[in-house]
Order: sequence, then structure tokens, then C-alpha cells
Amino acid sequence: MQDGIGEVFAQCPMEHTMNTRQQVFATPDEPVATRSESATGAGDVVHVTLRINGTAYGLQLDPRTTLLDCLRETVGLTGTKKGCDHGQCGACTVHVDGRRVNSCLSLGVMHEGEEITTIEGIGQPGALHPVQAAFLACDAYQCGYCTSGQIMSAVALLDEACGPEDADVRECMSGNICRCGAYPNIVAAIRQVRGKP
Amino acid sequence: MQSFAFIRTEDASTAIASGAKSKTAQQGASVRFVAGGTTLIDLMKLNVERPEHVIDINRLPLDRIEPLADGGLKIGATVRNSDLANHAIVQRDYPVLSQAILAGASAQLRNMATTGGNLLQRTRCMYFRDTASACNKREPGTGCSAIFGANRTLAILGTSEHCIATNPSDMNVAMAALEATIHVQGINGARSIPIGDFHLLPGSTPDRETVLEPGDLITHVTLAPPAPRSRSFYLKLRDRASYEFALASAAVVVTVEGGRVTRARIALGGVGTKPWRSTEAEALLTGEPVGEPTFRRAANAALRDARPQSQNGFKVELAKRCLVHALKEATL
Repeated sequence: MQDGIGEVFAQCPMEHTMNTRQQVFATPDEPVATRSESATGAGDVVHVTLRINGTAYGLQLDPRTTLLDCLRETVGLTGTKKGCDHGQCGACTVHVDGRRVNSCLSLGVMHEGEEITTIEGIGQPGALHPVQAAFLACDAYQCGYCTSGQIMSAVALLDEACGPEDADVRECMSGNICRCGAYPNIVAAIRQVRGKP
Repeated sequence: MQSFAFIRTEDASTAIASGAKSKTAQQGASVRFVAGGTTLIDLMKLNVERPEHVIDINRLPLDRIEPLADGGLKIGATVRNSDLANHAIVQRDYPVLSQAILAGASAQLRNMATTGGNLLQRTRCMYFRDTASACNKREPGTGCSAIFGANRTLAILGTSEHCIATNPSDMNVAMAALEATIHVQGINGARSIPIGDFHLLPGSTPDRETVLEPGDLITHVTLAPPAPRSRSFYLKLRDRASYEFALASAAVVVTVEGGRVTRARIALGGVGTKPWRSTEAEALLTGEPVGEPTFRRAANAALRDARPQSQNGFKVELAKRCLVHALKEATL
């Protein structure tokens, strides 16, 4: 496992890997250091506890670590994808306190005390979220790389002020790019879920 | 990304004292406040922003929207764009603001981006974002790569020989038409700044984008009560239907009585180096009959000083038509 992770880091644009490498695949319920006011020197790690999919993780993060890199590289939840890494594609979409955000444009250390939900937290094989099931039923993907972000956006959309028409759905989903062009089937999947009482 | 020290505080005075240690609050600041992070963290990844200290202000009590006794509205600096756009009072009294915010970015970004952050949104000029390029805004004195470069999306109003970067915000355009007041707390106390005085023209110092000084913290924005019987509208024109910056946009707040415009507030986006209020257009509208001839005269006045670059000449007519169409939507 460590070798595989080393390869990931070798391709990773982050200049700093040591602090996160030491934490690779953090386990829940490690000792926690909580500070309401955490002043550090440049490069110092920050201790935070993040609640991810209902589990608390005590983490030591280089403050540069984005929430996305924290989820993928530190905690090992690789369902969330890195596309553009600049908030332009939506592949990294996760929920923070129930709201969808681009995890690539947020720092992990900014999320102490908040509830983070990733694709792993909304459904599992055999117990799919209705949106996941609809994506399967409607063939709402081709290569699948953007799919977890699409699904996290779609799940959030169900509770947002999104109008009833397909055009409304397309507008509300415009922050998730699909290079394969599966848009018609993505809209169909969301229509299917919203159509249910 | 350059290393930095991360500081989280629940106390504005701590944030302000920390911010005051920077030599500038403009490009090159060594201390930055982070709220949504959608601009700052993006630019830190590009090494355009290289703060040594990043201060998380999300725990400050600045996330509320409160009606004011005079009928106006107070909007906290860390109110998220999505909360502001979907707020019942904003939708009822300031629809142009709701429309402008919802025309910008994506649902995810609007869930992150804040009122204060959006006021400070940085240009999308590709040369500003590329540290290999000359850019007077990023590195004063290096020159402007855009003037003879890829300038199709850049500004035609308020430019200088040193910088033609567009202010990219949609929210700011509506705020300009609503004559918002920006409230700032600094090391010498609190002060309020009309939005028209908040952003600076590039001139010979494009690295200076606002009047903010080290330590200044935007705490909230206030809006005056909506003008009686006024209607407002935001129209944004862009290369694709959603999730794209404006090529031209118009925010209009107009009152019509007896078929004539009695009051008008006009601002343009996507064409100016700052959110572009046009008092020239307002003056030409006031007292005149509603209709295309009046609107066209106002649009001509708004763009009279336009100085297009090699690739963005189309923006002059596009911005005029955008304003005419927005005025029609708001009045007819």
C-alpha cells in the first residue's frame, strides 16, 4: 500500500508530502488536538479533527493541504476526484454541512467541527443512494471520472431552490463538467429521482 | 504553493492586528484573510498569491443578513453568495442583486464565496494568472502582456496603458447600481466607503485594486431602502449559457412614472476595469420617455469613452445592446 501511495505522491503537484505521508490513511479516533485559535509558523502542521461521513479523524495537516487532497491522500477516500484543481470542473464536489462545495478550493484545516460528506458517505454497493441508482439506470456516465462529483451535486440539488424544468437542472448542474458529454443522461437521472414523490 | 502559517480566530481585532503586519493589503500582501477561498486558494496554487500568514475569518460573527430600521439591509462580509441570492428580502427588494449573484460561477462556488470576498474578486486576465508572463498588476513594472496579446475578454472602459484587466464580479455590478456602502474595520477604527470609491482604476498602479489598507477587514455591506416603485434587472451575456464570466453585463434599477424615467441607476460588468457605474447613462435616461430611442442614447453615452483593444472591439456594441435589453426588461 505504501508503494502505491508513493507513486501517487510522485505525480502529485503538492511540493510537500512528508507531513501528509506520515498520516497516510489516518485511522479514526486518533488523539485529537483542538484549538479554537491555532497560530502556527510557516510550514508547521496544524492538528485538526475532521468529521467525514460520520467518523472523526484526528489529522496533522500541512496547512496547504486542500480538503480534496486531505480526503484522497491523507484519509484515503479516493472516490472524490481531482480534475482541474481550480474550481472549474466540479469533479471534487463534496458536501460540507449539507452544502455542495469544490473541495479543491478549500483548505482541510478550515473545516474543523463541520460535517463533511463524500461519495463514500451517501451510498454503498447494495445500498445505493437513489441518485446513484438513477445514474446506473439512466447510463448517466461514460468514463466515470466526473461521476462522483456529478452525483454529489445532484444529491445536493434535491434540497436546493432548483426549478422543475430540465433547463433549470442544467443550470443548477453547470458547475460539473463531463468531457464524455453524458449530460442528457445526467439530466434524465436527476429527472427520474425528482419525479418520485 | 508557498508555505504559510495558518491562524484561525473568532475575534475581529486579532484578525485586524495580524493583517496590519502586512506591508500592503494589495498585490503582494504577506497576510491574507480567507473566507470562501475561491479566489485566494486558486491564486495561491498558481503562486500569484504568496501570503506568509493566512487568517481564517469564517468564525467571526459576520455571517448574518439583517433588515435595518430605515428599510435598508445589512449584509455580513461572510454571508455566502448562495444565501444572499436566495434571501427573501433580497429577492423582494433587490432582485438585481439576486439575479447577478445567480448569474455568476456555479452552485458549488456560490456556496463558498462570500460577500466580502466577492468585492475583492481578482481579475481572470490570463496573464495575471500566469507567473511566466509580464503583468503590471501582479509584478509592477514588468509590462502588460494583454495589450498586444489575448485580450478578447478584457476591459474597454477604465483601462490604462499599464493594465486592461476586467473586474470579473457579477455581484459588484449589482452592488454598484444599488449604491452599496462597504463597511471596513481597521487599526484606526471603523469607516464606510461608497462602492463607487472602493475600487480603483488601474492608472499607473494596477497592483492597487481597492482603497483597503493593511489590517482592513470588510465587516459588512449596507444597502439603502429600495427606491419606491423601482424595478431592477441584471442581464449577463457570455460565451456559454452558464458558468462563464461576462463578456458584457448590465445592472439597471429604474423608476418609471407616467411613461417617463424618473430615476435610473446603471452599472456595467465585463467591460470595465472596475464595476462600471454610468452616471452619463443615468443622466440621459432621467426625465425621458421609456423606449428604445431613449435607451439607445443612454447606451451610447455609457460606452462613449470605450477604448477597445485588438480583439474586443465587439464588446462596444455588445455592451450597448446588453444595456438596452436590460432597460427594456425592467421597464416594458
